[in-house]
Amino acid sequence: MILHQLIDYEILRLIWWVLLGVLLVGFAVTGGFDLGTGALLPFVAKTDVERRVVINTSGPVWEGNQVWLVLAGGAIFAAWPPLYAVSFSGFYLAMFAILVALILRPVGFKYRSKRDSAAWKSGWDWALFIGGFVPALIFGVAIGNVLQGVSFHLNSDLRIFYDGTTLFELLNPYALLCGLLSVSMLVMHGAGWLQLKTDGAIADRARAFGSIAAVLTIVLFALGGIGLWLFVDGYGFTSAIVTDGPSNPLAKTVARGTGIWFNNYGLYPWMMVAPILGFVGAVGAFAGLRAKWERTTMLWSALSITGIISTVGLSMFPFILPSSVDPKSSLTVWDASSSHMTLFIMLVVAVIFVPIILAYTTWVYHVLWGKVDVVAIRDETGHSY
Amino acid sequence: MELDIVALSRLQFAITALYHFLFIPLTLGLAILLAIMETVYVMTGRVIWRQMTKFWGGLFGINFAIGVATGIVMEFQFGMNWSYYSHYVGDIFGAPLAIEAMMAFFLEATFVGLFFFGWDKLSKVGHLTATWCVALGSNLSALWILVANGWMQNPVGSAFNPQTMRMEVTNFAEVVFNPVAQAKFVHTVSAGYVTASVFVLGVSAWYLLKGRHIALAKRSMTVAASFGLASALSVVVLGDESGYLSTEHQKMKLAAIEAMWETEPAPAAFTVFGFPDQEARETHYAVHIPWVMGLIGTRSLDTEIPGINELVEHAKLRIKSGLVAYDALQQIRSAGTTEVAPAVKAAFEDNGADLGYSLLLKRYVDDPRKATDEQISMAAEDTVPNVPTLFWSFRVMVGLGIFFIVLMVTFTILSARRALDHYPLLLKIAVFAIPLPWIAGELGWVVAEFGRQPWIIEGVLPTAAAVSDLGASTVLMTIIGFVALYTVLIVIEMGLMVRGVQKGPEPDNEPEAVLISTDIVPAE
Repeated sequence: MILHQLIDYEILRLIWWVLLGVLLVGFAVTGGFDLGTGALLPFVAKTDVERRVVINTSGPVWEGNQVWLVLAGGAIFAAWPPLYAVSFSGFYLAMFAILVALILRPVGFKYRSKRDSAAWKSGWDWALFIGGFVPALIFGVAIGNVLQGVSFHLNSDLRIFYDGTTLFELLNPYALLCGLLSVSMLVMHGAGWLQLKTDGAIADRARAFGSIAAVLTIVLFALGGIGLWLFVDGYGFTSAIVTDGPSNPLAKTVARGTGIWFNNYGLYPWMMVAPILGFVGAVGAFAGLRAKWERTTMLWSALSITGIISTVGLSMFPFILPSSVDPKSSLTVWDASSSHMTLFIMLVVAVIFVPIILAYTTWVYHVLWGKVDVVAIRDETGHSY
Repeated sequence: MELDIVALSRLQFAITALYHFLFIPLTLGLAILLAIMETVYVMTGRVIWRQMTKFWGGLFGINFAIGVATGIVMEFQFGMNWSYYSHYVGDIFGAPLAIEAMMAFFLEATFVGLFFFGWDKLSKVGHLTATWCVALGSNLSALWILVANGWMQNPVGSAFNPQTMRMEVTNFAEVVFNPVAQAKFVHTVSAGYVTASVFVLGVSAWYLLKGRHIALAKRSMTVAASFGLASALSVVVLGDESGYLSTEHQKMKLAAIEAMWETEPAPAAFTVFGFPDQEARETHYAVHIPWVMGLIGTRSLDTEIPGINELVEHAKLRIKSGLVAYDALQQIRSAGTTEVAPAVKAAFEDNGADLGYSLLLKRYVDDPRKATDEQISMAAEDTVPNVPTLFWSFRVMVGLGIFFIVLMVTFTILSARRALDHYPLLLKIAVFAIPLPWIAGELGWVVAEFGRQPWIIEGVLPTAAAVSDLGASTVLMTIIGFVALYTVLIVIEMGLMVRGVQKGPEPDNEPEAVLISTDIVPAE
């Protein structure tokens, strides 16, 4: 098979780096609103009927949304095997916590309304809250650690060793700030969803909490940028950059220093679009929530999420996972990918299937369009949760 | 087995995988049964078929939720606990997992919401389409997972790259059309169909015994028995195909399943019963049927099947060849970008296929090249999996497979004679048969994966070399966490299933819909 030679290895790596971002944004924008909804559940809905209304806003779609995460995991495994191997094992206990939270979610949705006991329902409400809040927080904390570099090194067999990545080391102030940013941005987005799908008291509370979250998103994103400038070392190549060499991270040399994460914006000023979108989107979402732009608020919050996630990727480019203890072990776009052929095959599959996925997902959202029917929820008709 | 990181990581994977597979077979089979029932509803317009779809769909949902929840654990765990594996084979193994998400899981998960929430929002045909999409998605999911798993058993279409220190794909079509993967796929989904059929049959039999929901129960049984019969036959045929392919690709697994210590003259006998003794290398009180093993394993009368002892000797040779490859690899790597001598290159190319065997020595010595003959013999012995476990798991699985065929034939005949409720004893057997497909399915995975040991990728990477550099106490902690959470969930799940069955179907009082075709006469 020589078809894969049609596209240069370098270009394929770049495409898959962009696709990695697309998948993470895809999850944050779709799965993100139901994580945000879960985190808002105890605060925006007080009575049982209200809680069921909130649960039913994302009830029919959360499973499909979560596949963006499953796909992101699979795509990282297929296209960036070293990234998958280092990050999933390096953040072992954090990943475990995410898994526990994500396990609680499906059963929470499905089982909550199967019994009438108040204790049963309130137990599952908390499970749904944890299932929304905890992953949102940990994903952000993980990104905060990636920006600072993770303490791992590779030996000559490319076996991975961790040098004291304890759970407490991961919970450092900068990472926690990123975690809170992640929570506030997804809560803002979830509030946008709730005001679209519900009426009355729930929508009003969602707007109130969402506005606070939008303001927090702006503040925390700005603080994150300042913190990145002042306290976080960036990483840069000190050897010549080979963009189409074999995927062996140890072939390069790397140095770290303050401010390096901002170099790309000097080299490529167009990249400033990303952080600007992050701010503008959040401002738009705030305005939308205050002014009751039912249909467009979510577009603004989605824009903000896209901008914030892209900012992380662009600041670090070409690094994707720096090593703080052994910088030359750092994983970059140019030395941590799959083989030329695998990247090509996966691109073909993605080009065929992603448009199909987007088409039927859009159709499903179209079928389910409109506010959740409170009467149907109250009367328990219509197969709702 | 002392509690080292390898043993703990294996234990965690075994627990989470076997647990995940408690829910998958029912999802696979019930999705198809729901689609069949709803198709009958759409074609005949008889409301009872919609009621059936909704009732079994409710139980499907309870099961589906945990299947989804525990599936993510599987995907993440390769990276979490098996990071060297992920690095070493991610170039090949990752692709089917990503394709699974794109081609199958999205379809299944997106439409499952419409299945539950779309009854009033979609036309009849629209809703039926959603149901078939769920069934198609779940089955395609199984295809890609088994392509990945089949590659672990028979690693085709790939080669080791010394520059990146990992396996890389050379021919993706070979990976997808891997005969082992294809046989495993049909075997596994058929087993799922049997599981769902036995479940529907058993629950319906219970209703008939209690005299409740008779119309629903009888129709459900008819569908389940005929679908179950076809599936049970398919399980055995494709199981046989898997066995035949093992003769070619996993000789040691086959010999261990048969507890065949010595190579026998062809055609070999099949051991129906016996007590394999791993230490003494013999099977006590063995009962043989002449010729059968040779016929099943080689489909001929004159091909020999190698016994365990011969295969151990063979492994010794491959370890020695692997050491040549290992030495050449070290020379290639230390040469860096400079060209190595042609002899070294040739040595690597000729022996590269056995490189994995040299890694078996890593358990005994850091540099395999310094291994003694005694250590090589020990490593060769390690290639024998646990024989009694495989011997018994296989026999119980096959025995159950035959029982399901008998069960399904019986109920297909009863259904054809309109005598489903005439024999209470048979109904009771159907009720008590409910857990059996789960036992057979789990044992199937034990045979497949335990039989692959000591390899994580057959002949390529030993399991012991594949783990993450984690602390044993960390993994022990997560095992305890998973076991606690999973135990609570299964208690709740079983409780809800039992309540769902006891409660029975929701009454469906809507008037009969108009027939879409007068040619189709509804069954009574």
